[in-house]
Amino acid sequence: MLKSKEQAFHEAIRHKEALIQGFFVLMASFTILGLLLLFVYITREGTVLFKQVSPLEFLFGKDWKPTSGNFGTLPLIVGSVVVTAGAVLISAPLSLLVAIFLAEIAPKKAAAYIKTAIELLAGIPSVVYGFMGIIVLVPIIRSFFGGSGFGIVSGWIVLAIMIMPTITSLSEGALAAVPDRYRYGALALGATKWEMIYKVVLPAAKRGIVSAIILGVGRAIGETMAVLMVLGNVPRLPESINQPIATMTSIIALDIAYASGMHKYALFSLGFVLLLISMAFIAIVRIVYKGSYGKN
Amino acid sequence: MYRWRKFINNFFIGLTWIASLVVAAVLTYIILYIAAKGVSYVNWGFITGWPKGFEARGGIFPIIVTTFYLTIFSALLVTPVAVGGAVYLTEYSHPASRFSRIIRFAADTLSTVPSIVYGIFGFAFFVVYLGFGWSMLSGSLTLALMILPLVLRSTEEAILDVPRGYREASYALGATKWQTVSRVVLKAAAPRIVTGIILGMGRAFGETAAVMLTAGMAINLPVSVFDGGRNMSSHLYLLATEGISLEAAFGTAFLLLMIILIFNLSAKRIAKRM
Repeated sequence: MLKSKEQAFHEAIRHKEALIQGFFVLMASFTILGLLLLFVYITREGTVLFKQVSPLEFLFGKDWKPTSGNFGTLPLIVGSVVVTAGAVLISAPLSLLVAIFLAEIAPKKAAAYIKTAIELLAGIPSVVYGFMGIIVLVPIIRSFFGGSGFGIVSGWIVLAIMIMPTITSLSEGALAAVPDRYRYGALALGATKWEMIYKVVLPAAKRGIVSAIILGVGRAIGETMAVLMVLGNVPRLPESINQPIATMTSIIALDIAYASGMHKYALFSLGFVLLLISMAFIAIVRIVYKGSYGKN
Repeated sequence: MYRWRKFINNFFIGLTWIASLVVAAVLTYIILYIAAKGVSYVNWGFITGWPKGFEARGGIFPIIVTTFYLTIFSALLVTPVAVGGAVYLTEYSHPASRFSRIIRFAADTLSTVPSIVYGIFGFAFFVVYLGFGWSMLSGSLTLALMILPLVLRSTEEAILDVPRGYREASYALGATKWQTVSRVVLKAAAPRIVTGIILGMGRAFGETAAVMLTAGMAINLPVSVFDGGRNMSSHLYLLATEGISLEAAFGTAFLLLMIILIFNLSAKRIAKRM
C-alpha cells in the first residue's frame, strides 16, 4: 500500500524530532564526558607517584623537598586547612550578617545595591585580589605583626573577602526560602525582629546556611592565585600566624612550570587529592541540603 | 526586660547594617584604588602597543587579543553543550531519571573543582596527550569545561522559569516539540541564557591558573587556534610577583577590572529585560 502524503509528512516530522532529541542527549552527555575525562586523567597521572611513595608517606610525611625525593605533603595539607579555617571563621559571621540584612532587614533599594556589590565582588578575578593583597594588605600586616607581611594572616583576610559572596548569596537564598507565616507567627507572639530572626528564621534555614558555609570552605581550599600571591609559599608546618606558608594549590601552581619526573607526578597527586576533596564536599552538601527549604 | 530586648534587637540589626556597609566599602575601595593608580597608564599606546624591554613598558596589545580570543572561543565551545544540556534536562528528560541526576551531579562536581586542577588536567590531556601544545585550542577547551556548570545551571534555571502555559499554548496550536522549544521556550528564556553565557565569559576572561598551564605564558599575537599566548591576568600575575613593573601591573589590573565589571553589569542589565 502506498503511503499517503500526510503519513509521509508526519513520518518526516517524527524523524526530525528524534534527530533533534538525539542532539540534546549528545550535548547533555558531554557534561558527563568532561567530568569523566577530568577524573580519569587526574587519577591516572595522580597515582603514578604511589608506585614509589606510599600514600601514607605522601599524606603524613613532614618533609616536602620534591627535588631531593621527599614527598611528604603534610605541611601543604596543614597549610590549606589552617588558611581555609581562618578565612571561614572570619567570613562566615560577616557573610551571615549581610545575608540577614538582605533577606530580612534591608529596604529594597539598599538590598539592590548590596546585592550588586556582592555580584561584582564575586566577579573580580582572583589575581586582582592577590595583587591588592600584595600592594595594600601585606604592608599593613607587616607594620602590625612585623616580618615580611606575606603569610597566614594575609591569606586569611584575602580569602575571607573572596568567599564572602558565595556564603552570602547562598545563605540569603536559604533565608528567603523560609515561609512568611513563620515570621508572622513569631511577631504575633510578641517577638522583636531580631528574636524572630534568631529564634525562628535562622533555625528554619539552618541546613541551607550550613551548605553555604561548606561550599565556601570548598572554594577557599581550591583558591589558587590569590593565595599563591600573599602566602609567601614556604612549605613548612605553621608555628605562628605571621609566617609564610604554602598550600596544596599554591605549590602546584608554583612548581608545575619547572617540575619533572616524580616531582611532576607528586603535583598531580596533590591535584588528585583536591579533586577528591571537592567531590566529598558536593556529597556532603547534598546530604545536608536534603529536606531544607528552597531546594530544587 | 523589654528595654534590654529592644537594645539587643537594635544592636544586631545595626550590626547587619555595618557588615553590609563594610562589604560595599571593600568593593568600592578595590575599584577606586585600582582605578586611581591605573588610569594614568592606560592610553591608546598601552592598548595598541607591544611590551618593550625588560620592564615591560609599552603596551599590552597581544595580551589583550589573547584574552579576548580565549574568552570568545571558550564561549563558542561551551554554548551548544551547556544550552543543549540544559534543554535536555528541562524539556526532554524526566527530572528524576538516572541520566539527568548523573548530569546534575557531574555539573555540580565540575563547579567545585579548583581552577588549578582544571589547569593540570588541561595540561596533561589537551596540551600533552592530544598534542595541542600551549595553544588557544587547549586554553579554550579547558576554560569551556570550567565555565560549563555555570552556564548550564543558569540556562536550566532560565528555562524552568518559563511559564508552563507558554508550552501548552504552543502545543494547542499544533506545534511540534522542537517548534515549541525553539520558538517559544528558548525565545522566552533567551535574555537570561545570554546573561549566563556573559557571566561565564567574565570568569574565563579573568582566569589565571587554568590558562597559564594550557595557553602558555609566551607573549604572542595568536592567529591560528594552535598559537599560544599570555592572557591579561597571567600578565598581571607575572608583573606583580616578579616586581618587574608596577606601572604596567596597575595599567593591566585597571583594564582587566574594568572589562570584568562591564561583563558583569551588562549581564545584570540583560537579565532584567526578561
